[in-house]
Amino acid sequence: MKKSELPDPFSDARKTKGCGQMHDQGDDVTMVLGLKDVRKCAHNWKTFQSGAKPGRIVVPNEEYIRETRQIPFEVDPPAHGDYRALVEPWFKRPLEVAYQEKLQQLVGQSIDEALSAGELEVVSDFALKLQSRALTVLLNIPLEESETWIKWGTHVFRSEDSPVDGDKAKILYDYIDAQIDQALASPGEDLYSVLLSSEVNGQKLTREEVKGVMILTFAGGRDTVINAVTNTIAYFAEHPQSLDRLRQEPELITRSVEELIRYFSPLTHMGRVVTEDTQVCEHAQKVDSRISLVWASANRDERIFEKPNEVVLDRKVNPHVAFGFSHHNCLGATHARTLLKILIKTLSERIGKMEITDHQDNIEEWGEFKRKVGFDSLKVKFEETKG
Amino acid sequence: MAKITFITQTGTQITAEASSGNIMELAKENNVEGIDGDCGGVCSCATCHVHVAPEHFDKVGKASEIEEDMLELDDNANEYSRLGCQIEISEDLNGIVLQVAN
Ligand code: HEM
Ligand code: FES
Repeated sequence: MKKSELPDPFSDARKTKGCGQMHDQGDDVTMVLGLKDVRKCAHNWKTFQSGAKPGRIVVPNEEYIRETRQIPFEVDPPAHGDYRALVEPWFKRPLEVAYQEKLQQLVGQSIDEALSAGELEVVSDFALKLQSRALTVLLNIPLEESETWIKWGTHVFRSEDSPVDGDKAKILYDYIDAQIDQALASPGEDLYSVLLSSEVNGQKLTREEVKGVMILTFAGGRDTVINAVTNTIAYFAEHPQSLDRLRQEPELITRSVEELIRYFSPLTHMGRVVTEDTQVCEHAQKVDSRISLVWASANRDERIFEKPNEVVLDRKVNPHVAFGFSHHNCLGATHARTLLKILIKTLSERIGKMEITDHQDNIEEWGEFKRKVGFDSLKVKFEETKG
Repeated sequence: MAKITFITQTGTQITAEASSGNIMELAKENNVEGIDGDCGGVCSCATCHVHVAPEHFDKVGKASEIEEDMLELDDNANEYSRLGCQIEISEDLNGIVLQVAN
């Protein structure tokens, strides 16, 4: 098996039952596996809500380590739409040329570092750095700030021994509190300041609401982007002919990003709380129980995708749900897509060869399912394009 | 060449011409409000949703099953709904009118 390969552990359960089961701190989860079922449940926010107790829709459950409601993630329509309309223009800035030029510079810097090192550990020394630097562009704050986030390491929201670690989470919450204080004292053009001065339905956002948006922006865009970047490097290291093809046909890069995101599905699943007795995959599902929408499984659904377990770089029709579906679809998707496009373009232009010299898989355990989502570490040798 | 008219939610009318590509791309090139094309045209985001004028629907044709599944869960969908990225532009589409759904 190639190192960049990510097998689909959900296939049998998806075909035979449509659902899986997992235990999570005494609050079990029915995992919805098929693409159509995942979409239907994501769309049906009345029965499958996001606005439950803060932290409960996350798997593993975070309700005991977090009180702040993440916004707009843990809010249902119609209030969700009001928050979303407020932040949406900010999160569309990656479509602007000036924004893309900044990202291009950061990607260039990361590739320079890789080439001058010759060999490096991609997760911490490439993906984490690039993700953190790029986040300063999204927040519109000085690049130096990324040094703090890089120092936190890859797992500020997760510890090695327990999936949810209150102390680690506190580092982020305290940091955001301090940043909000600073923005209140001297407002600027950054996301904190913009949020602090904005209104929803004639009401100023409260400090707690601003915190809710910021925590989500950090948490939602960290592991996901790190995995996507690392897996991209691993994939092209093992498929140099694909990189050659994109060099010759750069117009395929947009499709290739969608396909890689489908294949990687950096966020495996996300939960919902059931608001009434109902049925999921033809099984009874009780009020106040939890389900999860398994994006990673839906993206390999053989009823929808031909050759679901292959990367088909120019896949033309690709109705994947790697960025979610319906109301809560990923707010950071424009940023993530733009970053990956620039990364792939730059790799195709500047990298002659990449070779994986060592690797440690990152394997998640969800009940009966073990899913490789990427790497805990990935050592790669980089060589420049010749001539 | 096909001449295609978009009518946005705010009532702006934009007529554009093309002989190839798809409707989402044409709308984006002409800054048609309400067509974002987030996924670049692979039928994953539904941000390219249009309602075809009923009298032109035969020219455009029905959605594929995969596209149909996307539209089924779109709150603004009706029987004339299509995803712009799934409509290839050809001479046959000359003169059609599309109402932007979002
Ligand atoms: C490749 C990278 C990424 C992937 C695969 C990804 C995936 C997802 C998915 C599947 C959802 C839906 C969750 C649900 O339905 O409950 C989501 C929501 C969200 N993501 Fe991302 N994400 C990525 C990057 C980012 C980035 C970079 C940010 C911001 C910095 C971000 C911020 C958000 C936010 C704010 C939401 C909630 C939107 C809402 O509830 O309306 N994501 N993401
Ligand atoms: S552009 Fe995404 S579905 Fe048409």
